[in-house]
Amino acid sequence: MKAPLRAKAFREFSAGVALAVLMTLGAPTYAATPADTLVEGFAIDDLITLDPAEAFEFSAAEFIANSYNKLVNLDLQDTSKIVGELADSWTVSDDSLTYTFKLKPGLQFASGNPITAADVAYSFERVVKLDKSPGFLITQFGITGDNVAEKAKALDPLTFQLTVDKAYAPSFVLNVLTSMTASVVDKELVLQHVKPVTPSDEFKYDNDFGNEWLKSAYAGSGPFKLIVWKANEALVLERNDNATIHQAALKRIIYRHMKESAGQRLALENGDIDIARNLEPGDVDAIAAKEGYTVTSAPKGTLYLLGLNQKNQYLAKPQVRQAIKYLIDYDAIASTLIKGIGQVHQTFLPSGQLGALEDKPFSLNVDKAKALLAEAGLPDGFAVTLDVRNTQPVSGIAESLQQTFAQAGIKLELIVGDGKQVLTKCRARQHDMCFSNWGSDYFDPNSNAETFTVNTDNSDASKNKTLAWRNSWDPGELNGVTHAALQEKDTAKRTAMYQDLERKVLDTGPYAFIYQQIEVAGYSSKVKNFRLGPSFDTNYVFPISKD
Amino acid sequence: MTAIEASKLARRRRIRGLALTFGRFAIMLATTFLGLLAVTFFIGRVVPIDPVLAIVGDRAPAAVVERVREQMGFNLPLWQQFFIYLRQALTGDFGVSVLTTNPVFDDILRVFPATLELATVGTLIGAGLGVPLGVIAAVRRGSFADQIVRIVGLIGYSVPIFWLGLLSLLLFYARLKWVAYPGRLDVAYEYTFTPITGLYLFDAAWTRQWDILWDAFRHIILPGSLLGYFSLAYISRMTRSFMLNELGQEYIVAARAKGLSERRIVWFHALRNAAVPLVTVIALSYAGLLEGSVLTETVFSWPGIGLYITNSLQNADMNAVLGGTIVIGTVFIAINMFSDLLYRLLDPRTRMR
Repeated sequence: MKAPLRAKAFREFSAGVALAVLMTLGAPTYAATPADTLVEGFAIDDLITLDPAEAFEFSAAEFIANSYNKLVNLDLQDTSKIVGELADSWTVSDDSLTYTFKLKPGLQFASGNPITAADVAYSFERVVKLDKSPGFLITQFGITGDNVAEKAKALDPLTFQLTVDKAYAPSFVLNVLTSMTASVVDKELVLQHVKPVTPSDEFKYDNDFGNEWLKSAYAGSGPFKLIVWKANEALVLERNDNATIHQAALKRIIYRHMKESAGQRLALENGDIDIARNLEPGDVDAIAAKEGYTVTSAPKGTLYLLGLNQKNQYLAKPQVRQAIKYLIDYDAIASTLIKGIGQVHQTFLPSGQLGALEDKPFSLNVDKAKALLAEAGLPDGFAVTLDVRNTQPVSGIAESLQQTFAQAGIKLELIVGDGKQVLTKCRARQHDMCFSNWGSDYFDPNSNAETFTVNTDNSDASKNKTLAWRNSWDPGELNGVTHAALQEKDTAKRTAMYQDLERKVLDTGPYAFIYQQIEVAGYSSKVKNFRLGPSFDTNYVFPISKD
Repeated sequence: MTAIEASKLARRRRIRGLALTFGRFAIMLATTFLGLLAVTFFIGRVVPIDPVLAIVGDRAPAAVVERVREQMGFNLPLWQQFFIYLRQALTGDFGVSVLTTNPVFDDILRVFPATLELATVGTLIGAGLGVPLGVIAAVRRGSFADQIVRIVGLIGYSVPIFWLGLLSLLLFYARLKWVAYPGRLDVAYEYTFTPITGLYLFDAAWTRQWDILWDAFRHIILPGSLLGYFSLAYISRMTRSFMLNELGQEYIVAARAKGLSERRIVWFHALRNAAVPLVTVIALSYAGLLEGSVLTETVFSWPGIGLYITNSLQNADMNAVLGGTIVIGTVFIAINMFSDLLYRLLDPRTRMR
């Protein structure tokens, strides 16, 4: 009797499978995002914390920009200017050491708590005492755990005072204060969630300033508040109806983690997402050509360049450095490998930043490069290695370089490696040439100048691992110029100083800048008022509405 | 010696035998784990990547780099680091992932159910279709049906899953709109549904949220079928060869002589005997899927363990890599034990011993 039963069971099972398949086939799905909700397909796997005192990632910058407020912010119409956000006005003392901010009255957090100068002071205290990855942004002003109570303090409920250690250019200090790290947290709310810790040599304080809680929670005042963050899955924001600075147009924003460009394109075309944020060139073209969809882009602060290690006897010759800059086929790279995701850029300040120069004196010129090599005593070229990471478009660009370099007799050997592997090697300056990228830490020219034109100790034991040091380059007098520019009060003069620095580096520096990253997004035409900012700190979603 | 004494002795002998088996098993388990831990740990330490760099990032001041190196114990001798790690791992503490800043254990608890669910669906499809297909191919050896099964299997073996995934998305999701994408649930449920076990199909059925069950099904069916197809390719080939082997045996001739129906001979007598090695094949394929299929997870935005480990590996997040490897190793060992158990059920001879 056993066998017929089994046969029956099997028949039933197959019938069930067939039914399930039919059901799947028969059910057409209605794919459209809700009208009050914006859904973005975005690779958010870099998101590791939502705490403004700890976060230093691109996706975190975007979240914090839309859910927290800062004292001051960039003027979106002209990003070389600063406007007040929580601050109504501010004054800088004559010695350029003391900044006094007057808060706008009647502001409140999402929790309903009023925003006061005490919240601002506590936010600075958290950043300095926690001293996480972005902590240096504030501690570089000479503020430490021991003196923060005095250096960043509330004078009265609406007056906050910040004291810095040197007479920096006010534009520098204010630019740094526009970064997400200077976001103001709800002190009362955070204090309800602080966790006691045992003070140790590494961490001298008796509590965690709510860091553990705020990693995945929210205590801000911006147009959106956090509903839930599921790592590598989704980040869901909802309109903060208590917002006093900017009001959001939509009720909900959902960032869906999607890593794959083709997948984002399909989901966009199918209406499951409204905005696709990680499209590759081919998919960008396809979306741009499709009716009902639009593509937008904005240059971001990341530059891609070849670092030329001066320990290499050939690269140390100035003519060789120039020759290399003439052996890059910028046009071909721009029209194929980085089309839609990068623009050719040859100076060390990214477009959009104060003082950025758009000069592009170099283009592929093999004859000129040959002449320069002959002048350097190397008419037959030489052999050299290039460390490059195993991702596109950089590995493709490296192959292009291999071809163009060969035309002038330079035999380029590519050493392809994992990203962190390449970085480890180049940080130890064991490379000949290194394909690097560098993103500004904050929206001020000093961020890049400090790494490209400062190297005060070129010895192997140096603690200061700037890009100049990594390429064993002694910038000589440029060290001093960079330092002076940081303290130049007159913004026009300061701008000119950086432009002068850029020209000098362009000419003789050990960097061959190739391109500046462009962030590109494809979106449904139902989405209104969507634009990408010059930084991830300025990718705002609150003005967005939908038809 | 009385009968009672004899039975007591026999029981004692049996218990001792059991204890011995158990002891041998425990030793095997311990050495396997130790080997696993040692190999992954040392590989993790010899890769030319500075782990401190992964933690503090490229821009951290030298003082911070030094402080973290100290904190993480990276300047201790390698063997000392290994013993510290061993001690922690034995207490279930795999450390904190530098990439996510969460305890590795919590991370794995979060990502593993997604993979488990997908692999289970994949294996059900793969075995549910692969075994019958393999049987048919064996019975009608050389026939048209056999060729079809061979070609289906060959395609499953040789076509890159990444490409097949995108193509099936294009067809079933974008064109036909039969299935849902991306991720595990539609956005509308993303903030209303709180999973219990992390196996969404199970959780939704358990809490009787049928619309969510349906939605989760529509999300899992395509990646599940894709993985299923891949294990089908393997399972059907193996079923075919096991069946061919069985069908040539004398007991089949005897059964035929007895006048049994062909169907009964094939599906009951032959398949039952082929089932023993087949269980190993299916278990191995299941374990393979449980490692997490990185490409499938990438294409379908599936937050599983494959993606987690790959991400961690690329970022030199060695704690996470080690933790993940140990979980996968454990799963392998558990599945092997489970298939051993099934052997005993399927093969009476092993039960007697």
